[in-house]
Amino acid sequence: MSANLSATFYLISGILFILALRGLSSPETSRQGNYFGIAGMVIAIIVTFLSVGNFGSGFIYVFIFLVIGGSIGSFIAFRIPMTAMPELVAGFHSLVGLAAVFVAISAFLNPEAFNLGSIGNIKLASLIEMSLGAAIGAITFSGSIIAFLKLRGIMSGAPITFKGQHFINLFIGLTIIFLIYYLCRSQSPNIFWTIVGISFFVGVLLIIPIGGADMPVVISMLNSYSGWAAAGIGFTLENTALIITGALVGSSGAILSYIMCKGMNRSFFNVILGGWGATDQTSSSKSKEQKPTKSGNADDAAFLMKNASSVIIVPGYGMAVAQAQHALREMVDALKKNGVKVSYAIHPVAGRMPGHMNVLLAEANVPYDEVFELEEINNDFANCDVAYVIGANDVTNPVAKSDPQSPIYGMPVLDVEKSKSVLFVKRSLSPGYAGIDNDLFYRDNTLMLFADAKKMTEEIVKSL
Amino acid sequence: MEIDPFIFRFSIFILSIFVGYYVVWSVTPSLHTPLMSVTNAISSVIIVGAIIAALASSSGKIFETSSIFGFLAIILAAVNIFGGFLVTQRMLQMYKKKKK
Repeated sequence: MSANLSATFYLISGILFILALRGLSSPETSRQGNYFGIAGMVIAIIVTFLSVGNFGSGFIYVFIFLVIGGSIGSFIAFRIPMTAMPELVAGFHSLVGLAAVFVAISAFLNPEAFNLGSIGNIKLASLIEMSLGAAIGAITFSGSIIAFLKLRGIMSGAPITFKGQHFINLFIGLTIIFLIYYLCRSQSPNIFWTIVGISFFVGVLLIIPIGGADMPVVISMLNSYSGWAAAGIGFTLENTALIITGALVGSSGAILSYIMCKGMNRSFFNVILGGWGATDQTSSSKSKEQKPTKSGNADDAAFLMKNASSVIIVPGYGMAVAQAQHALREMVDALKKNGVKVSYAIHPVAGRMPGHMNVLLAEANVPYDEVFELEEINNDFANCDVAYVIGANDVTNPVAKSDPQSPIYGMPVLDVEKSKSVLFVKRSLSPGYAGIDNDLFYRDNTLMLFADAKKMTEEIVKSL
Repeated sequence: MEIDPFIFRFSIFILSIFVGYYVVWSVTPSLHTPLMSVTNAISSVIIVGAIIAALASSSGKIFETSSIFGFLAIILAAVNIFGGFLVTQRMLQMYKKKKK
């Protein structure tokens, strides 16, 4: 296949990828979008086979490895529970990162195959592109592994910080840039391997200081990195499909990081530079004095909701941990039978990744037109009888609106306290991840339901 | 004077960032998780590089250092392609409208 023809096909597959993302603007068009994405991928792979034109025994091996990887991927995709989505996405990011590193290594070892010059005499631009691709890929790989371990609970979600951390990161970052410059002058394989090695190390250092609940930002950020790594390799291979895709994925991840940071009213650097809990221990201990709370049981909650005319459900990470989404749907069905109007309110940073709660509710067969974003529903709390907070905490804290001293001041929160009564399902009065006491616990209109989210919801279903 | 082909590719890159910017802002927030899994799947188009690397052996042998890295990258990217698209499909199947 001629180079011009294959370039045209790569362009087509790039366009199909754009359409795949475009489809996600509404759930109706999203499935079609996914097929566009698959078509783009099939075209890219077939065109690559045709343009290499080598159908010898190597081709059979490529096919075998493709099948091996494909079977592993399909197996994971069918078996993974929806609550484990954040870990899965982090794990997949690490694979893209590592694949980028491997392709860059291969291009460095055998530049003739990619028309990049010869060993020891690789084109300058290609050398910069492949070392950048390898470095970003390596950072994506090790960073995603750490994120995966934290999300899976294998590693503690607590931020790991030490003195001079940011200085060390900056120093290593500059070292990488210097080494790339040096590589361009010397073409030395040792320098290339050093860049790859150090980059793996940076990925670890970058992610360990970030706390568990900041994971939505981290995952989005790594998503963005995997895109830039792909784009770097795309420049090396002079492949339009890869360049377009890399740019799309890179900007997608960056936008998601921005949305997540805005949802927490924090700057990107504030999140990246580490833990929240660490900055403000004093304010939480100060308000530790005993304040009265009202607590109730499942029957009280069932009574309140049955006699309400409208109920808003506020899910959070606790719902995912307790796997309470199915029980919750049953509860809502029972309420609807009683003529109660029910809707769901989702905070942008609820859960451990963007859109986490929406997927779980969709899994439990909750129709997506009953689920609303913060801006859409926040005014409705004032007219609602009961707000049922299940597994969310900091995102409902009214302190964010009233106390300029609070570390979460200015963060957009759900105006849960404006509803006539609040049912707050929580295991204890302990503060949320931000280490801030939730003012909502002590309000007159709040009834605390101390129990596991799933058990409590099931009990409410029984007494309805 | 002739324009370096790099500039062409760079133009494609920059324009794609802009396309990505506008397309992603129009994605509904409830589909942000599928967005992440599908971007993951499409970024595995890096497999084209892996295939070239695996098939281009300079010594005539199928397995040499550079092609082995290519084969490994093929496995990784294939896991991602199949896993990414299928899990996205699985998620998107679950988004249903209210039954009237």
